Amino acid sequence: MAIASARAAPRIAARIDWWQGSLMALLLVLLIAFILYPVLRVLSISLTDDENNLTLLHFLNFFRRPLFREALWNTLSSGFLVVLFSAILALPMAYILARYEFRGKLLLQTAATLPLVIPPFVGAVALQLILGRSGMVNLVLMDWFDFSIPFMEGLTGVVLVQTLHFFPFILLNTVVSLANVDSSLEEAAQNLGCHGIRLFRRVTLPLMLPGFIAGSLLTFIRAIDDLGTPLMLNYKNLLAPQAYLRITTIGMDDVDGYVVCVVLVMLSLAALLAARKYLSLAEYATAQRAAPVAGKLQGINLAIVWCVIAMILGVSLLPHIGIIILSFSKIWSFTLLPTTYTLSNYHEILFRVPHFVVNTLIYTLLAAALDIVLGAAIAFLLLRSRVPGRNFLDAVATMPLAIPGVVLAVGYLRVFHGWDFPGVGAPLTSSWLILVIAYTSRRLPYTVRACYAALQQVHVSLEESAQNLGANRWRTFMRITLPMIGGGLIAGGLIAFITSCVELASTIMLVPRIELGPISYGIYLYMQSPLGRGAGAALGVVAILLVSAGTYLTHRIFGGRAGSAFRI
Amino acid sequence: MKAKSTLFIGAILALLIGNAEAKDVVIVTSFPKELFETYKKTFEAKNPGITVVINAKQTNAGVTYLRETKAKPEADIFWVSAPDAFQTLEADGLLEKYAPPKEIMAKIPAKIGNFPIHDPDGKYFGFAISGYGLMWNKNYLKAHRLPAPKEWTDLTQARYYNHLIISAPSRSGTTHLTVETILQAYGWEKGWALLLNAGGNMGSITERSFGVPEAVISGQYGIGVVIDFFGLSAIASGQPVEFAYPSLTSVVPASVGIVKGGPNPQEARAFVNYLLSEAGQMVLFAPEIARLPVIPDLYAKAPKDYPNPFKKKLGGVEFNDELSSGRRDVVNSLYDHIITFRHNELRDAWKSIYKAEEALAKAKSVNSAQAKSLIADARKLATQAPINDKRASEKEITGAFKSKSGLKAQLETEWEIFAKNNYAKAKELADKAGALAK
Repeated sequence: MAIASARAAPRIAARIDWWQGSLMALLLVLLIAFILYPVLRVLSISLTDDENNLTLLHFLNFFRRPLFREALWNTLSSGFLVVLFSAILALPMAYILARYEFRGKLLLQTAATLPLVIPPFVGAVALQLILGRSGMVNLVLMDWFDFSIPFMEGLTGVVLVQTLHFFPFILLNTVVSLANVDSSLEEAAQNLGCHGIRLFRRVTLPLMLPGFIAGSLLTFIRAIDDLGTPLMLNYKNLLAPQAYLRITTIGMDDVDGYVVCVVLVMLSLAALLAARKYLSLAEYATAQRAAPVAGKLQGINLAIVWCVIAMILGVSLLPHIGIIILSFSKIWSFTLLPTTYTLSNYHEILFRVPHFVVNTLIYTLLAAALDIVLGAAIAFLLLRSRVPGRNFLDAVATMPLAIPGVVLAVGYLRVFHGWDFPGVGAPLTSSWLILVIAYTSRRLPYTVRACYAALQQVHVSLEESAQNLGANRWRTFMRITLPMIGGGLIAGGLIAFITSCVELASTIMLVPRIELGPISYGIYLYMQSPLGRGAGAALGVVAILLVSAGTYLTHRIFGGRAGSAFRI
Repeated sequence: MKAKSTLFIGAILALLIGNAEAKDVVIVTSFPKELFETYKKTFEAKNPGITVVINAKQTNAGVTYLRETKAKPEADIFWVSAPDAFQTLEADGLLEKYAPPKEIMAKIPAKIGNFPIHDPDGKYFGFAISGYGLMWNKNYLKAHRLPAPKEWTDLTQARYYNHLIISAPSRSGTTHLTVETILQAYGWEKGWALLLNAGGNMGSITERSFGVPEAVISGQYGIGVVIDFFGLSAIASGQPVEFAYPSLTSVVPASVGIVKGGPNPQEARAFVNYLLSEAGQMVLFAPEIARLPVIPDLYAKAPKDYPNPFKKKLGGVEFNDELSSGRRDVVNSLYDHIITFRHNELRDAWKSIYKAEEALAKAKSVNSAQAKSLIADARKLATQAPINDKRASEKEITGAFKSKSGLKAQLETEWEIFAKNNYAKAKELADKAGALAK
């Protein structure tokens, strides 16, 4: 997006003014304090020895160890496989969603985003109860045919679950690209006698490629960073679980964990930069667009489409379905469905200990609001100013996409513990504010992207005319710019909100005390007690409902381009 | 005016950070919710004005947390199962010495078996006794036509292949104690042979202690290695599971200690006193907690069929906790690098061994002697630990896990390669034997 900004040449501010300069300085201070510095503090451990001298020994050791080489290879190959299978699932769906109007489309779009957010732990348990070795499916298979299928074992299981988990990234992004394809280009090709497969291959495909590439790379990054899936399948020979296990076991002293983190961050950053480079070149061409054609689906075709999409989504929503059943269950052991049902799980989490739900709402909404403000400010500077340091700002704001939650959390503990933070009266790490800050930092890239996309579509000339007519800068922003980018801001904030609702890695490390824990922490607590998995699942259902509401609103506001906020 | 606004800001801050004025006692614990919630409630009822603040963390994460925050501790109490976590903290000087009132201490015996219930230096106090054992899902075993296990050695039987589950000792303080118990009960070499053979039978090795009871309760796996209260409380809540102590097990107290320099020392002492008092000990009998009190007299008031560690011959292992905590990092890393991270290879090796043995049992082939010796070699390869017990406790080795010298990486690489090669070789030999027996 950095290069694309050259097009929207900022004509308002031809010179650097103090206002933009100080905004830039403020943002840089915030981002450095809460993202860059903590992360560097953690990663620097991997480059020093016992006497704090610089050394590369630990990195050499990384490549000397068969276990880590194996983990690296497994990570890369499973990442590629996840992208491949996700593409197979997502592309047909994307084409249908982008090119046809039909009843229930909004519902399908909402459902298609849900697999991205599985509540931690309970999602794993629920999926085991359905697809695991004594899960529903295998119990039926054993009963009827006396064999079972190991869906959930080893690297195959990881690829399967991650595919179902992350394919919406490709879906959403490809839909955006397809929606952006200028229909006149296709019409021109048709006029010249190009139809069917050839039209698709020669015209449509190249035009939708940017979205597809963006989605693929995002899927890849998320798949290699993903901790939840390997942990729930107990598969440990991947980079993310190796880093996590080592850091949380031996603790801060174990340098190997940090080395693995650095390797992981490098891989993600490389993928990120490659994607950005490609996109900034490719997306430029499709910036001018006319409304794409929307065919109408009816009758038998509609039925077929619904069946196919519902089947794919049904499979990828299995964890969600399982969680819902689990939340009403009292005893569910080695049987197809629970043998005893109860409502007490909901009583527990809604009336006896409602603070998990309340805290989640406070933290995630605050984080989303902060993300909107920061995202809008950053997008504004990137697109409408010439203040130096924009590329750096852009890079730091995008970094959280590539940083595992554990690394950020450990960094916060290292940096903010032990001294009273001004204005808080206590160390930041003993206040709930640290969770809001963590969520804000982790989700900032999404809102920056959403605001950037929204602002990009507002032509500068509109703002210029307002100013020519005598409006000052603030008034112009409030009366012209804000109404036009409002939808984008809210959609970005909603995405920050829904993904924060189920944020786990940093939450577990940073919750200062139990009363301050959000839903994901509550699930963790409940799952630790033998009676708690039902209540944990009920919390999971609440999370799913919050996420569904957020997703639905996002699609309502953003329409076909909801996916652009999930962009790189 | 100024005072007013200061007050106002103060009130907001107090709201933000929790009530700074009321007396708190901040507790870091790895115990399940049922346990600390019940204690919070009963303690607060008895001590009006004190609020119990719980910071729930996994044991190792709790130790890490106390270490990272030692410059300005925020916690008053450390409260977990694993005694060696306390040893580690004591060695780091993070625990405060305390002598609870005599009338409380008089009711608690000095030792359970050979294990001192309280730290002789007065840095931490046993408040509940735990044993380690096996829990299993009745429905699962019935469906797979498997008998219930009795002893640790049963875990090595071929029929349990792929039906067992354990959590990695590096991830779970209680599993580490179980592993140490086995190593001390059977000796280093036989102990590792047992662990490796059982490791080959494990269907899965989880990274969370509670992953094990969860998997057994839901019937994903048949038998799990757990600390007793996981089994007992699951039974109490009506799950179709059972639990048993093997004859060789150690009973170890779960303890509580006061954090040095914590913000509320007075309240911390009150909490420890309550925990050790009769009223506090009675709480342990609640079905959802199901732990064993340290006051022997209380068992007269226990629910029916409640295990009494002071009467029943529980134990049989004289648990040496100094030995255990001294080599803790080594044992955990060893387990990870030869079992957890090489689980696939280990499982494959044992699968081949069992297959060959089955073929041999059926066959009346002439080559049976040769096949037998091949299998014996394979078994030997698949039950070997890369270092002996003397080396495992050497300063050089244990120190490597607290430094960035690179020795740790070197050791772990050696172990891992040793394991990988051995298992591949074992599989090869067993496959050969299997072919001969056909």
